[in-house]
Amino acid sequence: MPTHSFKLNGKQISVEAEDNVRLLWVLRDLLGVTGPKYGCALEVCKSCTSHINGKAFNPCAVPVKDIEPTDEITTIEGLPATVGQDLHPMQQAWLEYDVSQCGYCQPGQIMAAVAKVKQAHAEGHEIGDADLDELRNICRCGTYSRIREAIKAGAKDM
Amino acid sequence: MAEHRRSPDRPTESPAGEGGRVGRRRVLGYLLAAPTLAVGVSWIADSSDPRKADAAVPSLPQPEEIFDLGDLQNLAAAPTSGLISVELKTDGTAFFAVPRAEVGQGVTTAIAMMVAEELDLPMDKITIGLADARPELLMNQLTGGSNSMRSMYLPVRTAAAIARQRLVETAAAQWDVPTGQLATGNGVVSGPNGRTATYGSLAKAAASTKTIAVSAQLKSQSQFTILGRAHNRVDAHDIVTGRKEFGMDLQVPNAKPTMVARPPTINGTVVSVNNLAEVRAMPGITDVVAITHGVAIRGDTFGQCIDAIQVVDATWGPGTVDKESDATVLAKLRAAQVPMTVPPLLSNTIDAEFVFAFASNSPLEPDCAIADVRPDSAEIWSSLKVPIVAQEDIAKQLGLPIDKVLVHVVQGGGSFGRHLFHDVAAEAAEISQKMGKPVKLSWSRTDNFRQGRTHPMCTSRVRVNYLAGNVLSYEQRHTSVQTDFGHGLGEMITSTAAHLPVGGNLSFAETIFALSQSSPYNFGVTTQLLNEIPLKFNTGSMRNIYSPNVVCAEELVVDRLAAKMGQDPVRFRRNFLKDPRLLAALNKAAEAGQWGKAMPKGTAQGVGVHAEYRGAVATLVEIDCRPETVNRPIQDGVAGPRVTKALIVVDPGFCINPRGLEAQMIGGLQDAIALALTSSLHIKNGMPLEGSWDNYFYTRQWNTPPDVQVVIMPNTSDTPSGAGELAVAPAFAAVACAYARATGTMPTYFPINHGTLGFEPLPLEPSTPQSPTDGLDHTF
Repeated sequence: MPTHSFKLNGKQISVEAEDNVRLLWVLRDLLGVTGPKYGCALEVCKSCTSHINGKAFNPCAVPVKDIEPTDEITTIEGLPATVGQDLHPMQQAWLEYDVSQCGYCQPGQIMAAVAKVKQAHAEGHEIGDADLDELRNICRCGTYSRIREAIKAGAKDM
Repeated sequence: MAEHRRSPDRPTESPAGEGGRVGRRRVLGYLLAAPTLAVGVSWIADSSDPRKADAAVPSLPQPEEIFDLGDLQNLAAAPTSGLISVELKTDGTAFFAVPRAEVGQGVTTAIAMMVAEELDLPMDKITIGLADARPELLMNQLTGGSNSMRSMYLPVRTAAAIARQRLVETAAAQWDVPTGQLATGNGVVSGPNGRTATYGSLAKAAASTKTIAVSAQLKSQSQFTILGRAHNRVDAHDIVTGRKEFGMDLQVPNAKPTMVARPPTINGTVVSVNNLAEVRAMPGITDVVAITHGVAIRGDTFGQCIDAIQVVDATWGPGTVDKESDATVLAKLRAAQVPMTVPPLLSNTIDAEFVFAFASNSPLEPDCAIADVRPDSAEIWSSLKVPIVAQEDIAKQLGLPIDKVLVHVVQGGGSFGRHLFHDVAAEAAEISQKMGKPVKLSWSRTDNFRQGRTHPMCTSRVRVNYLAGNVLSYEQRHTSVQTDFGHGLGEMITSTAAHLPVGGNLSFAETIFALSQSSPYNFGVTTQLLNEIPLKFNTGSMRNIYSPNVVCAEELVVDRLAAKMGQDPVRFRRNFLKDPRLLAALNKAAEAGQWGKAMPKGTAQGVGVHAEYRGAVATLVEIDCRPETVNRPIQDGVAGPRVTKALIVVDPGFCINPRGLEAQMIGGLQDAIALALTSSLHIKNGMPLEGSWDNYFYTRQWNTPPDVQVVIMPNTSDTPSGAGELAVAPAFAAVACAYARATGTMPTYFPINHGTLGFEPLPLEPSTPQSPTDGLDHTF
């Protein structure tokens, strides 16, 4: 079986897996990293959202062979370390606004939010309602209003 | 020492609605024989619910007003011999295993607050677990009907109050001082001369060597420092760091990922698998077996199970509704409508019919269960709202004694009614038994939409007669595809009754309908009746059972009545509402939401009111139906009208946790927007066409109102109402009424976009589509 190597949450790791296995299953089923959630495996619900080289992506839609040894994969577990703190400002905002209900979508929501705010900042503007409307992450509990409030608050500390 | 009185004391608290000035109430529980302090409380309705007295006198005109579904559940609990217990550990923490499912509704947080309040222990020293199936609790282990807070509020506080009292008595005895000189706070007993003892240090000494009955006084509302104040979720930190463990995340040794290739119609069966050897030889696959409703595949990763599903070649047997489509079901419903009894009054009659499409109650976490079935025992892990029935059914299915089947309730990623049913756990058990190995079964997303539980299609017909400023009669005839109440009230007696061929599910459904539905208006002769047709779809409750549809139909007709009688919708409701709590909520909503303000053409306000679960809600929304909004471009989704503002005013009786209550109101609103505008299943030839979240249009960020406010009314009672489902019906009604006012057309088919299929359906075979490979093209 092929061996794949990449940087996961700051550590270079290697894992044996067939080439076509999507990264989500490599993370969850083979490496036991369960922060990225399985919600559809169709790149629709976005609950597995993680970062590749700082950008949001969905590991359910990426064969592990497409990940290069130099690629840095960050899951929710590794997000605080990207800012050298116990919690990322977006996670703090999530706590402050008590955003979560069942919590299943929230790791993906937070990872998408961080990337969306970075995208807005890179484009030279603060995050606004039009940006938030572009987020596709499903929250079946419907805590969308608090997600919007928390992203705006968290963005101020990013 | 403990008082050895057995008589359940008369409540000294004043009845609801007297401004919260209450006396102290003595309540009964048991010190349990245990190594450290443990207190048990029975859930006998008599001692836990002061409303039982009025429950005994059902009277006209409509039963729900005095005796609702929650009361039935409370009453059903009467014969239970099981106790729920609070245990104090030597490390100073308290543990309570809640006999409920936590699926996001915040039950664990609210229970921790109750324990903290009466025990004088900080929240972070309280651990709440989810109890395994406990048959001795009889009907007391069902999470549903928005009943958890209502049924647990007094028992849980009682157990904690007795524990606190016992700790005080133990310290008093050790220090040889009267208990009156001791105080508790922050997990410490303190006495004269600065003496202190932590709860942990007293935990063993306070333990009882035998089980004895004791009573204790509960705090009055004025003494509360935790209950009634905003508190964040106890699992919030675990959630935002990805540490919260859901069923899908559990690691049980050798329970490998397992999925099922399924037939192309609902409840279809397997005639033969034609390439078993080929599927078994695929990379990473360990086992393939035919089961009742598909071909089960176990492998190293879920991804490889999905790969194998792509190549399964099976001959499928028929399902249970293969010839049914939306139109055939609607025709059957119309044929089954119970006639109106009051004849129309010529020009002073409104006759209306509303149709509500099938809707999916699937949560975000795909249905999953772990099963480890051995020759003489079995162990199951799943998010189950009725674990007792699951345990008994699975034991029967496996041919094992009930006590050899251990059923663990795990954290669920949402439920909305889905986890009332244990079909996924039962299927995992079937697979594990056939493979002889532990399995971690997950239904795929497509399975969830196509073979999962649905809120059934239904119609609501309304006829109103009015004359000279009065409404003379209001009749509503609700007709639905059978809602499966096979889960009963949580144990085998009622669960069996719901399966009986005569009486059976329909009479159970009629009982639930009668106990949950009631018109809040003075509309003269009022009847609301249910009929069901026994089509074998996989149905179930969905964040309410009937109310969202019944109330939406009623409120649309109310708006039309108001217009016919030349009255503003809010003024009309003020004139006809019977319930003063609803009226107060409506008035607050009208004031805070600036009812009647000028709005641009194509936009409008709408209002909806609803009382249930001993709570009352008024919702006011603003909707934008202008073409530039309706037709705004959304990739792989639907736009449509946008609710731009929503205000929810809730009277929850006694509010346990404003933060949690507000969360439930917000969630209910988003469900309502979906039901009114965008989300439904389209049935074609025995199968829903929807297969992903980009087909089933639950509310997304681009549909959600940018402005949402929740107003919590001052407490009107000593006891909490239900909250989990409370907001859906009035918000659904408000959105529908706003749409009617903005467009000048009363909608009669819901959701309003059901007539246009907004997606290309996924193929029926393979039953689970292959995952995409282009994820790196969509980074941002």
